Amino acid sequence: MIKHDNIERSLPLMVVMIVIALSWGGMVEIVPLFWHADTNKPVEGLEPYTALQLEGRDIYIREGCHVCHTQMVRPFRSETERYGPYSVSGESVYEHPFLWGSKRTGPDLARVGGRYSDEWHRAHLYNPRDVVPESIMPSYPWLFEDKVDGRLTGKKMEALRVVGVPYTDEDIETAKDEVDGKPEIEALVAYLQHLGTVVTKR
Amino acid sequence: MLGTFWQVWITLITLGSIIGCAVLIMYSSRGMRKEETDQTTGHDYDGIQEYDNPLPRWWVFMFWGTIVFGFIYLGAYGFGNFNGLFTVTVDGEEVTWTSTNQWKAEVQAFDQEIAPLYAKYSATPVADLIHDEEALQSGQRLFKSNCSVCHGSNAKGAQGFPNLTDNDWLYGGAPDTIKQTITHGRQGAMPAWGAVMGEEGTANMVQYVRSLSGLKHDAAAAEAAAPQFQQICMACHGPDGKGNQAVGAPNLTDDIWLYGGSSKQIEFTLKNGRNGKMPAHAEILGTNADAKIHLLTAYVYSLSNK
Repeated sequence: MIKHDNIERSLPLMVVMIVIALSWGGMVEIVPLFWHADTNKPVEGLEPYTALQLEGRDIYIREGCHVCHTQMVRPFRSETERYGPYSVSGESVYEHPFLWGSKRTGPDLARVGGRYSDEWHRAHLYNPRDVVPESIMPSYPWLFEDKVDGRLTGKKMEALRVVGVPYTDEDIETAKDEVDGKPEIEALVAYLQHLGTVVTKR
Repeated sequence: MLGTFWQVWITLITLGSIIGCAVLIMYSSRGMRKEETDQTTGHDYDGIQEYDNPLPRWWVFMFWGTIVFGFIYLGAYGFGNFNGLFTVTVDGEEVTWTSTNQWKAEVQAFDQEIAPLYAKYSATPVADLIHDEEALQSGQRLFKSNCSVCHGSNAKGAQGFPNLTDNDWLYGGAPDTIKQTITHGRQGAMPAWGAVMGEEGTANMVQYVRSLSGLKHDAAAAEAAAPQFQQICMACHGPDGKGNQAVGAPNLTDDIWLYGGSSKQIEFTLKNGRNGKMPAHAEILGTNADAKIHLLTAYVYSLSNK
């Protein structure tokens, strides 16, 4: 029998015991889903991000958008009324890492695609107060000057392919030409306008 | 559905943990003193000693309480492939609780409750509905959730996003037209004329456009651009510049500007064109979209006609 005394006096043993204790719930709630079709099968019509959307997504991560915006419409009436159909796991199969987020300082963005015009997104990202006077979101004017560097776009796609995103050789070859030198704002808006557009029915 | 392995895995860990907790509390309670004494456990950590007192009764009671709660919870909500005994009403039938069934039940219950009200509103023509304060409040709430992001919470718009309170309309302000705009959206199409007009032509045209609204302008330059206005611009904006709601071409004579009436803004508009877009909202508004659009139309119509 392990004595309490022994655990307290041995740091490695204590660490192991803590890890086991903390992962207990996850072993039941999370681990079985790794092998579950609902979470592994893409929803119908789901395509990997285009090169431009992929770069837009990386800008989204770089600027920390996910810190204030979730991408997860939960199955409550109040949420589906405001944002659209609730999120399903099959939509996130190609997301590495996923950007579900955990805190809404701003609204959820899981279904923002197509909701506003490109022009609105540009005006809003340049200075949110120009279109929403009450907004507390920061401005991102540099997105209009800085250009996308496409040197690594193909490599990113290769890496994603390793973890199961079905990019073709052609996608990877043409990636650089598709994005290189384009303004960052264009990539980000392309990403935002694509968000949540695969599932449209409530 | 989960395979047998995961079914067993979940069952063993879930039930095993709860039973394990029960065993732990029984093991710890065994041989416990009945009364508080000044007897210590005999351990000595850096000079700190610990009384060997019984576990507080309320604490033990709560511990057992959580174990009982755990079984009730599992029975109600289920685990693994066992769906639990808790039910919700979907399509008039009792079905097992799942988070999606709960959502369906919640939506259906609300739809049922709101249906008579929506039916009443939908049967009332927009022109009459604007005198129903409650309907307008509903419309305003819908407006704030869905429209205010572009048109502003006071509906006064922003640069590039029309003011809806000034009774000046790009596509027309009749109820049916407003409804059409909300349902199917609009796509502005002011082409870029920079290449056609050239530097000087554009500069002159800016002066001409400003003259139409009676703003400060260079008369000679405006006059020089007048023939070109009649060649190019009149196709959409009309010979007198009063616009054409059929194509969404703004009236240029009323000093109301979607993108601003300064020389700089007008120059930008002429050179690069403008392609403002109002997204179609029939799908975005989701359930009861028709009734919602009717209410929104009434609210928007009321801003200029009440």
